[in-house]
Amino acid sequence: MLRTSLVFVAIALIALLLADLEISTLHPLTELSRLAWGAITPDVPALWGFKSALLNTVVFAVCGTFLGVVLGIGLAFVFRFLPVRLFCAFIRAIHEIFWAFIFLPIVGLNSTCGVLAIAIPYAGIFAKVYAEIIQESDRGPLEGVPRASGGLSRFVYGVLPVIYADTKHYTGYRFECALRSSAILGFIGLPTLGFHLETAFREGLYSEAWALLYAFYILIASLRYWLKPRLVALYVAASFVLLSKTITVSWENIVRFFTYDILPWPMRRDGFYDGTHAVSYVWESIPSWAHEIFVQEAWEGIGNTVVLTQIVLVGTGVFALISFPVACRHFSGKIINRISHYGLIVIRTTPEYILAYILVQLWGPSMLPAVWAILLHNGAILGFLTSNNADLVSLRVDAPQRRIDRYLYEILPRVYGQFLAFLFYRWEVMMRESAILGILGIYTLGFYIESAISDDQIDKVVLLILITALLNMGIDSVSQFVRRRLKISTKLVTSS
Amino acid sequence: MKSSAGIPLFSLVAESVAYENTVALKNITLQIDRGEKVALVGPSGAGKTTLLRTLYESVEGQPSFVHQHYSLVPQLSAFHNVFIGRLDQYSTAYNLLNLIKPQKKAMQEIVPILQQLGMEEKTFDKAGALSGGQQQRVAVARAIYRGADILLADEPVSSVDPHQAGTVMELIMQNAETVVVSLHAVEFALEFAQRMVGLRDGEVEFDLPAGEVTQMMLAELYRNEKTL
Repeated sequence: MLRTSLVFVAIALIALLLADLEISTLHPLTELSRLAWGAITPDVPALWGFKSALLNTVVFAVCGTFLGVVLGIGLAFVFRFLPVRLFCAFIRAIHEIFWAFIFLPIVGLNSTCGVLAIAIPYAGIFAKVYAEIIQESDRGPLEGVPRASGGLSRFVYGVLPVIYADTKHYTGYRFECALRSSAILGFIGLPTLGFHLETAFREGLYSEAWALLYAFYILIASLRYWLKPRLVALYVAASFVLLSKTITVSWENIVRFFTYDILPWPMRRDGFYDGTHAVSYVWESIPSWAHEIFVQEAWEGIGNTVVLTQIVLVGTGVFALISFPVACRHFSGKIINRISHYGLIVIRTTPEYILAYILVQLWGPSMLPAVWAILLHNGAILGFLTSNNADLVSLRVDAPQRRIDRYLYEILPRVYGQFLAFLFYRWEVMMRESAILGILGIYTLGFYIESAISDDQIDKVVLLILITALLNMGIDSVSQFVRRRLKISTKLVTSS
Repeated sequence: MKSSAGIPLFSLVAESVAYENTVALKNITLQIDRGEKVALVGPSGAGKTTLLRTLYESVEGQPSFVHQHYSLVPQLSAFHNVFIGRLDQYSTAYNLLNLIKPQKKAMQEIVPILQQLGMEEKTFDKAGALSGGQQQRVAVARAIYRGADILLADEPVSSVDPHQAGTVMELIMQNAETVVVSLHAVEFALEFAQRMVGLRDGEVEFDLPAGEVTQMMLAELYRNEKTL
């Protein structure tokens, strides 16, 4: 494990040499002080004007999660088939914002686009996790169920009760993620919280921006009071009713998207210039079209995405290893534990996209803001988790007194395997984020996808998103390979 | 029941079962007729569980079965766990309905069984929250509720309080035409079974009417057994 860790650290150091990490703004400190001032003077009354955006954020998340759950359950039942597994890996390898880019030309920039952008990747995630929960659940109870009872009866009596708690917990966690997804979809123009957040930041209205951020924190923190299983049906019904007013589906657009928009440019060029929009089947020019995109954009994008990913992978690990003892009962007192616990939760709750956006305002577009944004968000998640696990370890009475000894000899060896497993588990997530942050002007894949969207080159958008997805699936399999080789799992072994 | 006696229900001929490298059953030939009440006795590891499993697989129509480790759904109530015994006899719609709201008919059938087992107060307690002995009685109730002609039970009173074990055994014996029960404690076998099959190291050591089994045979069967 140590050797693998060191190899990854070495890769990250090389990546650091290749990365552009400069601060390009003229007065980063002035901007920072204005931002800090905004944090203590939030413009709460302004929130009233944003009530529909806040409502939309919740409605999109509810509908997106619900559709994701429904599709995910269906897929989970057939997850043992390889094509299904690949399909799920593919749809979850594409970030919500990229899905929104895909749906944009089909349904327009509206609620349908927002809901689908959340529902599709989440379906892939739910399918995988539900299938894993079922697979790892206790099969003993099912033994007692008569075999001829029929699939559904066997499932609801013999399997569902056993997996219910885990599934409920995971779905709840995912809903929190969906609220984050929903919020950041506003940054590309959908009518959620991010839309106003972006405007406020761009115009330097930091008090307004902070009011929106605080509202978001409160929304997430209050989840446990209003997200009750018996109320879910009500929320779903109400959300779909609200949504139905704005749903628009144009069959014509769907057909045009699949039969015209996504066709490589050479096939559309002649028809475009003579105004007939006829399609010419010039197969021989497609390879050069793809080659050109590859050489001019994809290659650079892939390189930068990988460089950024490898830096934040190690950065996240370092952040977590430094932060978890502060929140762990074996190293510091109760008060510090509490404070750092909540600190980590707050960082974790802030979507990395928003963190990156703020940091880009402060430092200008380079990899630096992206590194810190992804690192802080993921590091906080990992630090929080690791400190919880370390808390479960009960130390013997004669454990070393010095904290550093205790850390290195008693705690770290016990939690390191699981820490590493979880870090690698999030590798793919970090890569997805690295790609998406290109939208903010960092030259990762997202940058080129966003430019293609601005130029209305749907064919290029689709090709680049496809490349991003494949890159993600590649990293996911490397991650699985590493985890299997190291024989590490995200499940903690507390005994001994 | 005399009229039906003599019809073989189970019939194993030179049956062997092996798991990986360990032989669980060696060359077993055994016939059990309809209406018989048979006890399988023998030390732990003798192959009693494997033999019961083999019998279970050898007949059609799925007999009632009391699992050694109960196989209850810990998250469901005792009532629902008992109801599971007859899931295959109701429509999926009825099963779903009963999961959401216990149905009157099911209640009328299940509560008396739990009552006989001294469990009526625990009807709607989650199985996972019950003690080992209580869970085992729920498992017995499920098998009784299933109501198949054949009932197979694997150490069904191992965790039940000694003062209740007799009642539980009696209910098991009464509630099916043919009963095969494995027992670690021989006294229950001698008391409730008509026929005893002594197993040791995967082989049949004796197969006799309960009245003809002597203390000598039992001592021989359980030789070298470490008693706790």
